[in-house]
Amino acid sequence: MSTHGAEAVQFEQTSFNVYDKKLGMWVFLASEVMFFTGLIGSYIILRWGASESWPAPGEVLNIGVTAGNTFLLICSSVAMVKAFAAIEEGDQKHLKLWLLATIVMGASFVGVQAYEYTHLIHEGFLPSSGLYGSTFYAMTGFHGFHVTMGVLCMIWVLGKAMRGHYTQENHQGVETIGLYWHFVDLVWIILFTIVYLI
Amino acid sequence: MSAEGKKPRYMLVWGGLALLTGIEVATAFVVRKALEGFEIGHEQVTMLIILILLGLAVWKALLVALYFMHLKWESKALRWLAVAPLLPATILVVVVLMEYV
Repeated sequence: MSTHGAEAVQFEQTSFNVYDKKLGMWVFLASEVMFFTGLIGSYIILRWGASESWPAPGEVLNIGVTAGNTFLLICSSVAMVKAFAAIEEGDQKHLKLWLLATIVMGASFVGVQAYEYTHLIHEGFLPSSGLYGSTFYAMTGFHGFHVTMGVLCMIWVLGKAMRGHYTQENHQGVETIGLYWHFVDLVWIILFTIVYLI
Repeated sequence: MSAEGKKPRYMLVWGGLALLTGIEVATAFVVRKALEGFEIGHEQVTMLIILILLGLAVWKALLVALYFMHLKWESKALRWLAVAPLLPATILVVVVLMEYV
């Protein structure tokens, strides 16, 4: 990693050869891996140990809508990485535009999930609807909470970008929130398969 | 992230992720439909579909981690840090699965 003059004075590099924020985020993400693995582990026990039969994919959940939502989250991840690529070039305009696109798509993902929940609850599928219901709402709910937090943090980052806080030399905040955002996308890739397709 | 080498082709990765998502949904449904005609070996084929779907999900996750999270260009130490939680995670899942296999 190249060290720019101003950056070297302002920020200490860690022994991992990255700045402290980025190392902190990676350590946090490592703990998040265990958090979601705990959920997945419980899901395996509850699903395969269940005496009740498990609905086939698409029987209760609308796969088409969620597949579209999955695609939306993937698109938001690309928008995020484009925002990062823009500020690496010192392109302020595209940094803001791509960040805004990421926020809109992330918020839309939560919106579609809220629509899905409303629809399911209307049909009588609740967290109390057996193990299938409780595991579904626990896994997708915790993920949705992560997406919501990501959107809120990104609004904050966009606010800073609007005030010209990020430069070609220093855009650590953009990269750090990007790491979180991509991780949330990555977790959804796994959850979509486990919860909806299998 | 280092400045060395070519710029990552993000849109190509995006295309790959979109394509793999399509393949996943098709695998879960087209193959399942095709299965309805076969009574014999239903369990084995279901297991095969699960393995294919998990393989595709891992492939997509790798694309995100390597390209979007820039692990491909990070230092060895940071890459080890990223991979480290996968060991206890794998142990947890495998031990739990052993109960049912």
